[in-house]
Amino acid sequence: MTETMTVQDRVIEIIAEQALLEPSDVTLDSTPESLGIDSLGLVESIFAIEEAFDISIPFNANDPSESDFDISSVASIIAGIETLMKEQGS
Amino acid sequence: MKRVVITGAGTINPLGDSVPATLEAMREGRCGITDLAFRDVERLAIGIGGQIKGYDPDTHFNRQQLSLYDRFTQFTLLAAREALADSGLEFTGELADRSGVVLGNSGGGLLTQDENYRAVYEEGKNRVHPFVVPKLMNNAAASHVSMEFNLRGPSFTVSTACASSNHAMGQAFQMIRTGMCTAMITGGSESMLCFGGVKAWEGLRVMSKDACRPFSATRNGMVQGEGAGVFVFEEYEHARARGATILCEVLGFAMTSDAADIVMPSKQGAARAISGALKDARVNRERVGYINAHGTGTAANDKTECAAVADVFGQHANDLMMSSTKSMHGHLIGGTGAVELLACIMALRDGVIAPTIGYEEPDPECALDVVPNAAREAEVDVVLSNAFAFGGLNAVLAMGRA
Repeated sequence: MTETMTVQDRVIEIIAEQALLEPSDVTLDSTPESLGIDSLGLVESIFAIEEAFDISIPFNANDPSESDFDISSVASIIAGIETLMKEQGS
Repeated sequence: MKRVVITGAGTINPLGDSVPATLEAMREGRCGITDLAFRDVERLAIGIGGQIKGYDPDTHFNRQQLSLYDRFTQFTLLAAREALADSGLEFTGELADRSGVVLGNSGGGLLTQDENYRAVYEEGKNRVHPFVVPKLMNNAAASHVSMEFNLRGPSFTVSTACASSNHAMGQAFQMIRTGMCTAMITGGSESMLCFGGVKAWEGLRVMSKDACRPFSATRNGMVQGEGAGVFVFEEYEHARARGATILCEVLGFAMTSDAADIVMPSKQGAARAISGALKDARVNRERVGYINAHGTGTAANDKTECAAVADVFGQHANDLMMSSTKSMHGHLIGGTGAVELLACIMALRDGVIAPTIGYEEPDPECALDVVPNAAREAEVDVVLSNAFAFGGLNAVLAMGRA
């Protein structure tokens, strides 16, 4: 991750790539569904985020709502990542 | 009993990325075996193979598809696209429900396994891409073909090592012949050319370091290849009604088990499969003009295969031709019978018999006409395709002119 890129920019870039959209089309209140990301796409996005930030995200694809990690919107995903980065010392 | 014909063919293999390119190479007796090129190849004792060179997946598939398609799936889809376009068939409604995919394959997504084992064992990574499992499973190719072409009938993968494709095509043939299906996409693919894949084969000490020379007294082992061959098998009346071009007819199929040894071939097992296919096809042995041999270039296979053919055909063994195209494209393991079926179609349709290249010196134990080094023009009526797998599983197909 480059110094100049914020967590938010990087997450939006990853999600946009997964949704085959431009980063400008992804807003903080976008949801995975509104961006057309299906369950496999979501799992792949989580993987890309883990790789990008070197963190481990507690996400179970069997029941995403039961996970500690809130994926309901782009904003909640970013907030979750920032918390995990602090906890996991990245 | 329905008649079964082949109405489409497609391939990508070391000889070419289409059926016309492959047949041209076979006619010219070209060799597709070259120096292997992949990571850590210098740590292998075997440095040659029928590797597909100059292939760029990005020109055929998008990033999302490539995250799900191992190389063996990519090859299968490319071959299937050519075969389906060739056949002119589109699968909708009842035809889609009565048509499926049976493909042969042995190693599955071996490159995907190799890459990811390397990441977790050698590089110490603790995370792998989420699609490793759907990418490496042996049925991935068959499933992606069913999805791309809307084939909603029986679909599965057959895994019988070197006989996988012949078993798969035999199964497809029987499913149409018995009236269970109208059309089947069938054949096989393989992609095992990576460090772990070739290293495992090295262990058996049956690989040649310089060339695949089937039936030659100087032969010193097999050479691995990669690629796919895919065909459209179709019920004859259905094909005729729509005015399809018929490449050839599938006349019969037989399979046997040696029930003897996990690697050594058996003359009896092979002979029973060959005579079984003739009986199933209801053709006299004298009508067989060409056999596409299993012909691996190992000491054991080639002499056993020749002895089996001599047993089944008697005096006629001296009049028929038998060649091994593995000398040109290598041994595609689970995909080999499919690519070799192209040589059978060329024999029936074009009257050209593909050669056994690299032939240097006669072996008294392989004293048949193996069409050495140069293709030959000959009209043939009925042809056979042999496949004799590790594990003693034999599968022989009989084809006739359209």
